[in-house]
Amino acid sequence: MPEQASTLAPHVDRLYLSLIGMSLFFTLLITGFILYFAIKYRRGNLGVDRSSRTHRGVSMEVSVMAVLFTLSMGIFAWGATLYLSSSRIPSDGMDVRVVAKQWMWKFQHSNGRREINELHVPLGQPVKLTMISEDVIHSLYVPAFRIKRDVLPGSYASCWFEATRTGEFHLFCAEYCGTNHSRMVGRIVVMEPAEYGDWLGGTSPTESPAVAGERVFENLRCHTCHRSNGVATRGPPLAGLFGHEVKLADGRTIVADDTYLRESILRPSSKVVAGYQPIMPTFDGQVDEEQLIQLIAYIKSLAQP
Amino acid sequence: MSIIERSPPIQPVQPPRARRHYLNSGYSVASWLLTVDHKRIALLYLVSITFFFVIGGIAATVVRLDLMTPQGDLVRTETYNKLFTAHGVIMVFFFLIPSIPAVLGNFLVPLMIGARDLAFPRLNLLSWYIYMLGGAFTLYALLAGGVDTGWTFYAPYSSTYSNTYVMATAVGIFITGFSSILTGLNFVVSIHKMRAPGLTWFRLPLFIWSIYATSIIMVLGTPVLAISILLVAMERLFGFGIFDPRLGGDPILFQHLFWFYSHPAVYIMILPSMGVVSEIIPCFCRRRPFGYAFIGFSSVAIAVFGFLVWGHHLFVSGQSVYAGLVFSMLSYLVAIPSAIKVFNWTASMHKGSISFETPMLYALGFIGLFTMGGLTGLFVAALAVDVHVHDTYFVVAHFHYIMVGGAVMGYLGGIHFWWPKMTGRMYPENWARLSAILIFFGFNLTFFPQYILGYLGMPRRYHVYPPEFQVLNVMSSAGASILAVGYFFPLTYLLWSLWYGKPTTSNPWNATGLEWQTPSPPPTENFTETPIVVDEAYDYERFDQQVGTGGAR
Repeated sequence: MPEQASTLAPHVDRLYLSLIGMSLFFTLLITGFILYFAIKYRRGNLGVDRSSRTHRGVSMEVSVMAVLFTLSMGIFAWGATLYLSSSRIPSDGMDVRVVAKQWMWKFQHSNGRREINELHVPLGQPVKLTMISEDVIHSLYVPAFRIKRDVLPGSYASCWFEATRTGEFHLFCAEYCGTNHSRMVGRIVVMEPAEYGDWLGGTSPTESPAVAGERVFENLRCHTCHRSNGVATRGPPLAGLFGHEVKLADGRTIVADDTYLRESILRPSSKVVAGYQPIMPTFDGQVDEEQLIQLIAYIKSLAQP
Repeated sequence: MSIIERSPPIQPVQPPRARRHYLNSGYSVASWLLTVDHKRIALLYLVSITFFFVIGGIAATVVRLDLMTPQGDLVRTETYNKLFTAHGVIMVFFFLIPSIPAVLGNFLVPLMIGARDLAFPRLNLLSWYIYMLGGAFTLYALLAGGVDTGWTFYAPYSSTYSNTYVMATAVGIFITGFSSILTGLNFVVSIHKMRAPGLTWFRLPLFIWSIYATSIIMVLGTPVLAISILLVAMERLFGFGIFDPRLGGDPILFQHLFWFYSHPAVYIMILPSMGVVSEIIPCFCRRRPFGYAFIGFSSVAIAVFGFLVWGHHLFVSGQSVYAGLVFSMLSYLVAIPSAIKVFNWTASMHKGSISFETPMLYALGFIGLFTMGGLTGLFVAALAVDVHVHDTYFVVAHFHYIMVGGAVMGYLGGIHFWWPKMTGRMYPENWARLSAILIFFGFNLTFFPQYILGYLGMPRRYHVYPPEFQVLNVMSSAGASILAVGYFFPLTYLLWSLWYGKPTTSNPWNATGLEWQTPSPPPTENFTETPIVVDEAYDYERFDQQVGTGGAR
């Protein structure tokens, strides 16, 4: 059994152990029957009753099927409930942005501190990872936390964990991503919250993604259309936008999340907000994944007054 | 090996050499390469498939040797990636998928249904040529420099990023797919239209039921594989934005398309093996199988459900949570017909008169390994557990138990069971039993440690790994070497038996079934008169009363 270092791990292991118990039971049952029959009914054994053998046994087949069905639906329900509850991301967690590329993991904390192939997190606090890939599909895997999530190019994936033990844990890329796939590894360092606080602020002051994003925003001259003071001009206002519903020109309603903002920056004409002309130029090729993350962090910061 | 008897071959006790059969009706190369006899085509497949098995096996051996040390210092990283890709591509597309259908199916389907040949004999020969052409492309890709995408070819790595021979390999698989479609089509039509008088559906051997179900999957599923490969090709060659999001595509789409074929493909590998086991067990237990209809229908049920569960490969990919729930539930439904088969085989042994010749050893080994593989399938179908074990060695162990433990044990069991029918010779029984046992133990030593490795968190396709995983990897590699020896034996003694094996009768196992009512090896036209079937399959009780045998030989 690998170490359990997240709130999820004991739950997964409990289901896993039950499955092992059940497999062991069935394996022994079948092996037992086969061995028993093989010995008792071996050809040389003459003194054994071989008469009046059934070969249909419909009621037996049906009852076996009923038992199997009940059992398998039970396991399904257990696995599904656990999966559903673990895929609900707590809202009070700290955010970490992850960019994966051949072949490294780049992390950025909300105060701007960056790390490569290493992620420091505090004990006992939910950590939410928002992840994107710059090239192929990668997959973030921390065995001790029992979490794994594919990191796709072109859209944000997220997952979360809450560490329950301090220490260092393996971080793997689990989706084959080319030559140095097996070297795209790193470690997660879980620290006491106070220690983590020291670590986070301990080095030279860094720029938070939102601040960096504001600079990108101005450099790209986004503010000429999107005023941050809430006054509508050529483009829809961005203040208070993040996390809220937006009515689109084609009548649909969509929640302005990371994926929507990213798409609107790269392909502005695909989901135009109602009441505006599709006049925004694309910024595809002018911003990289990290700048996109910063821009979105800036827009996000406008949502909280 | 000096143990092999060196006494000069005794002149056959067999009927004088005057008898014509499919093997001696022409010795020229052309008589083989232009044959339309399904039995000769089966042997062509046997030889070519064995060739690919050896290549795939060598790649696996190097991979296992390399993994004995955590630093991966035997081969370079690029080479390692190309080796596991070659192993997967060759074993899946050029060995496992065609193995039983193309070799045993080709040989047995007409014999078992009492027909002179398949419905379309020339199409059958064409499908072998297509298979070889596809194989040639893939071999070219290997010799030219290899391909490093993994056998799953996930986009956008395969469509945009990999700089290896993706196209040649893809073309090879694309072409080979047509061979699979044609073979499946041929079987479906033959089984529908060419059964001997009196051979109703519920008198069919269970092997035919399983081949029928397999053929349906081949005909319906393979085109989807062809389409996905074609789309990867278009993206690579012309920059179509289908899978690469930089071009506006969707990488998950590739996974849906790929697994829509490749999950049912697992059943192409395992269903025929189940058919073989359903033939062997009644024969060596001298009893009708328990629940004939349930075994037959469960094959069809597996084929149908097999098409509905592809999404369980995508639980961590980013498909919606609710899709995950549906695919997980459907995956549990497939477990039921599979378990019903295991139950019926076991129950068939009850009150039997069991003997343990080589085919029976393989059949029992099959049940054991398939049960293990099937039960661990419940782990990977359980959503929360799959998140942890997905893309780790747990999955590697699981599908090897099914695809190698299941499919290969069935294949070897079938080869041994029908070898006397195919060649008219017996193989040395003790060597055969020894190798069956070696393979069983070698297999378990190779793959059982991988379950543990996977749960401990070792990802698959890793050339370099953390040192704490070394002990289990060394165990696995040691098992692989035993397995390699186990596979080497049949290769040798089966060849040996062609010249020195004891000549055999038409029905050495005293088995029921039409294929045993014609001489060994069968004449070119299979039966001198069309047989008429008046009875159910597998009435071993009556067979033994009439013939007065206690069983085989």
